Amino acid sequence: MQYALMIYGEPGYMETLSDAEREAAYAEYFAFAQDERCVSAAQLQSAETATCVRVAGGRTLMTDGPFADTKEVLGGFCLVEAADLDEAIELAARIPAARFGGTVEVRPVMRF
Amino acid sequence: MLEEVFREQWGRVLASLVGFLGDVDRAEEAAQEAFTIAAQRWPTSGVPDNPVAWLVTAARNRAIDRIRRERTLAGKLHLLPAQEEIIEEFDDTRIKDERLELIFTCCHPALPLDGQVALTLRTLGGLRTAEIARAFLVSEETMKRRLTRAKNKIKATGIPFAVPGAHLLPERVDAVLAVIYLIYNEGYRGRIDLGAEAIRLGHVLALLMPEEPEVHGLLALMLIHHARRRARFSGDDLVLLDDQDRSLWDMRQITAGRAVLDRALALGGRGAYVVQAVIASLQTHERIDWPQVAVMYRRLADLTGSPVVELNHAVAIAQAGDPAAALRAVDRLDLDGYLYFHSTRGELLRRLGRDAEASTAYHRALELATSIPERRFLRRRLQQL
Repeated sequence: MQYALMIYGEPGYMETLSDAEREAAYAEYFAFAQDERCVSAAQLQSAETATCVRVAGGRTLMTDGPFADTKEVLGGFCLVEAADLDEAIELAARIPAARFGGTVEVRPVMRF
Repeated sequence: MLEEVFREQWGRVLASLVGFLGDVDRAEEAAQEAFTIAAQRWPTSGVPDNPVAWLVTAARNRAIDRIRRERTLAGKLHLLPAQEEIIEEFDDTRIKDERLELIFTCCHPALPLDGQVALTLRTLGGLRTAEIARAFLVSEETMKRRLTRAKNKIKATGIPFAVPGAHLLPERVDAVLAVIYLIYNEGYRGRIDLGAEAIRLGHVLALLMPEEPEVHGLLALMLIHHARRRARFSGDDLVLLDDQDRSLWDMRQITAGRAVLDRALALGGRGAYVVQAVIASLQTHERIDWPQVAVMYRRLADLTGSPVVELNHAVAIAQAGDPAAALRAVDRLDLDGYLYFHSTRGELLRRLGRDAEASTAYHRALELATSIPERRFLRRRLQQL
């Protein structure tokens, strides 16, 4: 089964870490992306770069900023292949943001 | 009589079907059908020697029929084994007991807690949706939605039907025990059915995980508490341990609880449930060894870090003969919004002859008391000052 792991955190939390912690976290992200169960992974640029798009009456409407105005923002995502939810949760728990006050939302991907 | 066989076998039959069909809903449907057929046949044909095997086979056959009929699933047909005959002399050992897998699925921490509780009672306890709804004082419709939501999440997210691996096992066992204890405590507040239900589940779990000390610890705790249920109330009034009529205690259940506790201790159990069971057991002795109870509460407080346990520890110190030390311990606690903090302070102050302060504490407790028996109890205490 495929699961999307969506990583939410407060912007700039990486800067609050010590150099050693930050380096270790980056190394872990890198190792995670290399794991064969990781189908794809991406880190997003800051929420200030977000544009929300809606279409109404054939017109494309745009607003500046992320979809929800919350303290925690979507900072990245991974698509993983896992046997079941337990394996997906174990992978999610390995994402460094999860232990630095962030949250990883695990959602199964729709199968067609 | 048939009803009893059904209640007894539902969990095993359902677990086996979930394992076979990989879907709780489908399994439930198939089990329901099999039990309906049994209800028609067994009164005349008699109960088969192996009711579980009979029911599982009948249910499998129905499920396979149903799946065959559903055209959308036609592509998956080749995965299904050939239909088995219902064999009356079916060998029970051929039907693997998969209740443990089912328990871990139902008590998966990714499910909402109320869903875990409801699903455990429905699938393993064999309670009907309406019965669970009544026990939790919600409408049948609400309970049905709660169950459906939990079942859908299991299916959609791939919650495994498996006993977790060794690295996950301790925390998942804790999760299962928490669900059973939650069910028990619902029963303890007056709805006895759920208490008995939790004990049944505890027995099943102890049978399936004979080497887990905390499993036995929880079962022992529930048995010993449950044995005293009839003595805890006089009419609507709460009766404290000291004043309980011991002839109302179920001594057989206490003995059974102690035997389970011995097993937990022999397995090296020193966890929170085992310690609570030890305390419960000590409190059923003719002369209660309060210093020992205090030692156990100390251990429990260290394990749980709970201020409420600290409060109980203080009570044990007072019972052991040192109300002044107990009061000092109580006054260190930050539990101002907690009824029993104030009633305990009141009691300790009364024993120390500080009636005016005791009265203030009891009045504060009265402000926090919501139930009529509690209020009546506190008023009586105030009058006695």
